[in-house]
Amino acid sequence: MSELTAAQRVKIARTLGRPGTLDFVNALFTDVFVCKGDRLHREDPSIFGAIARFHGRPVTVLGHRKGRTFEENMKCNFGMPSPEGYRKAQRLMRQAEKFGRPIFTFIDTPGAYPGLEAEAEGQAEAIASSLSLMSSLTVPVISVVTGEGGSGGALALAVGNRVLLLENAVYSVLSPEGFASILWKDAGRADEAAGVMKLTAADLLRLGVADQVIPEPEGGAHNDPKAVFAAVDRALTRHLGQLLREKDLSAHRYQKFRAMGAVLEETET
Amino acid sequence: MQPLFRSRRDRLDRLRRQREEAVEAAARRSAVPPSGSQTCPGCGAECANQDLVRSEYVCPHCGYHLPIGAYLRLSLLLDPFTFRELWPGLTAPNALEFPGYEEKLSSQREKTALCDAAVAAVGKLDGISAVFAVLDSRFFMGSMGVAVGEKITRAAEYAQKHRLPLVIFSASGGARMQEGILSLMQMAKTSAAIRRFSDAGGLYISVFTHPTTGGVTASFASLGDVTLAEPGALIGFAGPRVIRQTIGQELPDGFQRAEYLEEHGFVDQIVPRGQLRDTLAQLLALHRKGVLHR
Repeated sequence: MSELTAAQRVKIARTLGRPGTLDFVNALFTDVFVCKGDRLHREDPSIFGAIARFHGRPVTVLGHRKGRTFEENMKCNFGMPSPEGYRKAQRLMRQAEKFGRPIFTFIDTPGAYPGLEAEAEGQAEAIASSLSLMSSLTVPVISVVTGEGGSGGALALAVGNRVLLLENAVYSVLSPEGFASILWKDAGRADEAAGVMKLTAADLLRLGVADQVIPEPEGGAHNDPKAVFAAVDRALTRHLGQLLREKDLSAHRYQKFRAMGAVLEETET
Repeated sequence: MQPLFRSRRDRLDRLRRQREEAVEAAARRSAVPPSGSQTCPGCGAECANQDLVRSEYVCPHCGYHLPIGAYLRLSLLLDPFTFRELWPGLTAPNALEFPGYEEKLSSQREKTALCDAAVAAVGKLDGISAVFAVLDSRFFMGSMGVAVGEKITRAAEYAQKHRLPLVIFSASGGARMQEGILSLMQMAKTSAAIRRFSDAGGLYISVFTHPTTGGVTASFASLGDVTLAEPGALIGFAGPRVIRQTIGQELPDGFQRAEYLEEHGFVDQIVPRGQLRDTLAQLLALHRKGVLHR
């Protein structure tokens, strides 16, 4: 692994040409059937959903979409989902549960959309119920943070039995800009914030949030996407094989997240 | 055998008295001194502290609900002598080695006499046993780090194990920034615990108080079987400042207030503080026959 600063990795994670959810879907899955809409209100293109095959096995694929061109960026709201996006994801997860399909999620979002309509339609409720639903699933769930894992908007698709990070992906409680703005009232100190936030793949592995870091070519995944697809394919195959042998995947997921964050206890006298 | 029982009973009585004294002392600490007055943030009127104590810290002029501490909240709700605090000394280390966090924690502890932002207890409300968890906005704005996440999770697990209903009062600025990604993970942890409790048939009543935003709204606080809110409470995912920046315009009056959430279908009822105890008693009684159905 190359020695880059956290701020440099944040920049790589946001590089425009970096492989995104659609690229991974095209490279790793066959027989892709795209599913749209939350059946309540609207289709949110910032979350991709599909039924597909992974090495022949039917699976459900979900992931954030930022779009490549400016037009796509606008359509996908730069990867910031609305409540409808999370409700669509929930619909497809319930469907996966019903048909016993493993779920793969690809995470790449600056965060859930902080707008007026999003609040009116219950962004918080949508994220909370995604977390609740994901924790209860009995099918294998594997999440790969491919770019930016921003806040609750990322976590809402990332309650996986396995959470993998690409080497230059980042995952954090808030964007470094938002973090600097909240703590120091100065969004300009984002690089400094990135340094103290422990948001790199190596940090997350150490903290027990990530299960595996998938190496990238020098300079970032966009320099050799094929190598990255192959590495992700190998990782997904290996982890899926292990998870299919687990007896109780819901309990497995519960214990995984239950263990996050050590506590100190003063015994009562 | 008799003396053995007696000594055990005495010991339990002593423990209970200690705890009761602790909660009373805490309630006294949370309360402002009965002399003097403070300015209502709602209408700007000067309110005598002795009036505020009597009105449970609701402004007698405009009905503004002033934020109250966790122990005071519990003392307003629970039947006398039924309070037993759970995991009172629970804290979390500075796992991210965030610069200055430990000093800040110490000063918050000194200021509030709390270990962290959540207090959990088991007690009776109108004769019905339940597990209560209360976030205290005076401690780091009630933000959820590992200690808060752990306490909420344990409260749900305890309620499930003992087949008791669960009542959580939220008041929070969201995730605790200084604990970074581990704070974020508490959203998944608490939501999973509530889900398990719910799947086991447990009743969970969530009460939003002013203000509740971010990671707490987007996790356990939004997962109640019944959801209540205090009047005027600010409840949202993103904070008003962030939204204003995003959309580049002013926000409509009443946006993200409890009444707005009720109108948009996210809250069952808005309950003034003075009626909260009766409402909770009614709900607990309505669910009494099968606190846990399975």
